[in-house]
Amino acid sequence: MSEQHLITLTVNGHDHELLVAARRTLVDAIRHDLRLTGTHVGCEHGVCGACTILVDGAPARACLMFAVQAEGRDIRTVESLGSPEAPNDLQRAFSEHHALQCGFCTPGFLMLAEGFLTEHPHATKSEIRAAVSANLCRCTGYQPIVEAVDDCARKRRCAPGPAAAPSATQAADTTTPAGPARAAADPGHGQPDTPRSP
Amino acid sequence: MSTTAPHHTEPRFDRDGTWVGASVRRREDPRLLTGRGRFVDDIALPRMAHAQFVRSTVAAGTVTELDLTATRRTPGVIAAFSAVDLDLGDITAILERPAAEFVPTDMPVLARDRVRFVGEPLAIVIAEDPYAVEDGVEAARVTYDTAPAVVSADQALADSAPLVHDNAPNNTLLDVSLFATEGIDDVFAAADHVVHVEASSSRQNALPLETRGVVAAWDDRDEQLMVQTCTQVPHQVRTVLARCLGRDERTVRVLAPDMGGGFGQKCVVGREEIAAAAAALRLERPVKWIEDRRDALSAAFLAREQRYDARAAFDAEGHILALDADIVCDMGAYSCYPFSAGIEPLMASAEMPGVYRVPAYRVRGRAVTTNKAPSAPYRGVSRPQYVMVMERLFERASRELGLDPVEIRRRNVITTFPYTGVNAVTYDPGTYLESLNLCEQLVRDEGWYERKEQLADAGRILGIGYCCFNERTGYASDAFAKRKMTVVPGFDLSQVRMDPSGGIVVTSGTMNHGQSHETTFAQIVASRLGIDVARVKLQQGDTDRVSYGWGTFASRSVTIGGSAASLAADRLGAKLLHIGAHLLETQPDNVELHNGAVRQRDDHSRKLPFSEIATVAYLRADLLPKDTEPGLTAEASFDPAGDGTFANATHAVVVELHPGTGQVEILRYLCVEDCGVTINPQIVEGQCRGGIAQGIAGALFEQITYDSNGEPSCASFIDYKVPTAAEIPDVEIHHLETPCTLTESGAKGVGEGGTIGAPAAVLNAVNDALRPTGIELDATPITPQTVQRALEARP
Repeated sequence: MSEQHLITLTVNGHDHELLVAARRTLVDAIRHDLRLTGTHVGCEHGVCGACTILVDGAPARACLMFAVQAEGRDIRTVESLGSPEAPNDLQRAFSEHHALQCGFCTPGFLMLAEGFLTEHPHATKSEIRAAVSANLCRCTGYQPIVEAVDDCARKRRCAPGPAAAPSATQAADTTTPAGPARAAADPGHGQPDTPRSP
Repeated sequence: MSTTAPHHTEPRFDRDGTWVGASVRRREDPRLLTGRGRFVDDIALPRMAHAQFVRSTVAAGTVTELDLTATRRTPGVIAAFSAVDLDLGDITAILERPAAEFVPTDMPVLARDRVRFVGEPLAIVIAEDPYAVEDGVEAARVTYDTAPAVVSADQALADSAPLVHDNAPNNTLLDVSLFATEGIDDVFAAADHVVHVEASSSRQNALPLETRGVVAAWDDRDEQLMVQTCTQVPHQVRTVLARCLGRDERTVRVLAPDMGGGFGQKCVVGREEIAAAAAALRLERPVKWIEDRRDALSAAFLAREQRYDARAAFDAEGHILALDADIVCDMGAYSCYPFSAGIEPLMASAEMPGVYRVPAYRVRGRAVTTNKAPSAPYRGVSRPQYVMVMERLFERASRELGLDPVEIRRRNVITTFPYTGVNAVTYDPGTYLESLNLCEQLVRDEGWYERKEQLADAGRILGIGYCCFNERTGYASDAFAKRKMTVVPGFDLSQVRMDPSGGIVVTSGTMNHGQSHETTFAQIVASRLGIDVARVKLQQGDTDRVSYGWGTFASRSVTIGGSAASLAADRLGAKLLHIGAHLLETQPDNVELHNGAVRQRDDHSRKLPFSEIATVAYLRADLLPKDTEPGLTAEASFDPAGDGTFANATHAVVVELHPGTGQVEILRYLCVEDCGVTINPQIVEGQCRGGIAQGIAGALFEQITYDSNGEPSCASFIDYKVPTAAEIPDVEIHHLETPCTLTESGAKGVGEGGTIGAPAAVLNAVNDALRPTGIELDATPITPQTVQRALEARP
């Protein structure tokens, strides 16, 4: 058996002492040692994003980190957002837009979006779409997820606080998000925010 | 209707006494949004051990030695069992057809000696933790006498092909001609035009984001094997488990927790869930198996690898006269339970004429077996394929006859209902022509035809494609019996129970795995009883709570399960009225259900809240009418009449092809759908959008391939391209509503339609864009390489 390491994980503001094998992934430690099962595992190779959490505020794949690598880092999981009785604004937006069906990918998308919006509060809808394309959803067709995140971002910008003062350029971006290539092909009724695939 | 902007959620209940038709917020959301769902891998039991499987690394051959010595010595490993150790019955799906039409094959829970695909389970290893179990699997030593693999339908049907199953000549598990109109050859000979299409679709994985998994444990007190497994069909898992283990079904309880999608892959019984349960019994410890993604991609049930050789005869005005199709489905190594390997060819054969008036029809459907992972139903089951073929036939005919592609469809779609087709199916009313016309109008109004011409001048390559189709939803027992299944799905049961405080519990044999049943079933029952939707709770996924059920597949839940719940609610409502009238001391016909109470029709001020009636029913039985039993429980079953109900839709797609990369970009996606009465419009749209995304995935991206030795080439998401938000476009959805007279709520099923229509619409759009090249494509996925080659052939 591999050697055990005594580590302290800081998850959702609480310190947890854990004895883990070197090979134990962070997502297994979160799910099965701390019993925070909101973070899900979809592929274990960093593609699907179901295990997305925030590490020091930035979205990260918890399946690609070992628990021992996470010591001293500030980890946030879906359990740090709102509760069923008091969901946060992003969770409410997901529900209002029907941005989840089976709900398996949802915690990953929520943490991805939380991290992204913190970094890019003035993101355009097409920038949100590009960010959201980091994770896989098999149920929704993505449109409701993009629109939920966009809706939440807009409302956050309107709310009093430091994020409510976008630059003129950024403000213009949010209302006319059409890329040049798209604008040429669109007769005016389509969805101007869909970026071209890479 | 073009966005997912928050829908009107105000209940119409207050206005006109119904919740049906309101986009009520989902009951599932609060827990799923906060990480409080309970998926199978979230379950932990005391002393729980972890299982994985030693799997075959060769596609065909015989195991000469399975040495688990090192596995059993691996630190942390508790046990390892082979087929001999567990001695379980096989999983066998049977169709009652003559040997020339169907060959039953046994799928052992663990392969005994013969292996038939890479990934086939040979032994189950159980360890103290999920890491040690991987060590144990790696330590297994297996030697094979490798045989040549059969990896394609062509190879399987070749004269000298090795046999995948010794009892299946020509590697053919099913060979049936369901229809052959007399004189059809004369119709073809005399027809003005005959068009021919050879089309194919690649193997796909339904790909629920949550892989399969199970936690099994023996419970001494209940004398039951408790099997928590992510399945769409809990009762079928129970039946197979009991048979494989040789036990009464009473001693097996299957519970399905929250599920991360299924899309058909989880509507058949998996051998791994049986093996894990057997291991739990043997070890007297809870055993958990969670499938990893590599196994999910290579060893779980796959689907959709089909090819069609189809001809259609037309008169000079573009009316179809006859359809002749030869369908071959590559079903992989085994028949799935309960549907069998006949699932795909029989679905295609039975339904292929679709929305069109086809006077003569001949079809041959075959299921061939190959050394690849077996197939199961996948969202739409064959309909994405045969619809694509039908739509290709009409597109080709329109070109050859010089007709507009929409006009030729207009001339052929069924417009009078009920309509009994050449396939002996009676179609209930739908909006085939109306959806087609509206969809075309939307495209015209948005100016895409002009835009296409203008941009062509600038060297841009746009194409417009349509797909008009229907989908039988809620198959009745009769429909499955016609397929000669010996296990015949169709009906479903529901119980509606009021507790002493007036709260409602509804049970259903259907099984939600993303479709929002907790919300829609509550809306249906709340409307029937005139009660707040928040007071109604649906319980599913527990074989002890419903005596039998058929789970969720084939868009059956709201049509069949919803109807059973409606009928049960009506019966409960009748009892509430009966007791209410007695307590109000008025005539039985002078009371009605309204807003959580029984009230007097002639004096609305006189009413009794349900809670008071329920209190009497349970706690003051002495006050009940003399003819009334205590308690407030009602049950009902429902099995659709006749041939069930058909939902329909037309999709329109505008694509742009990019020379140089061959990339297909979807500029616009429109859907006009009719699923009868919409219980919850937002949920309906969610089903449409998600279905369309999976249809686009099949049209443009996803493909499970094998090398010539039967080695799967897709073991990760690097190789299996699942589209993201960057590839899937927004979809604008428009609703038509033809209330269904065959279901209690007037609803038709909506789970699969999106997936069915998308491949044909996308393919037709690409072919429209390729029109100047003279090249027409007939295979999915449409890869960039194929498109680029076609573009390079431009004159």
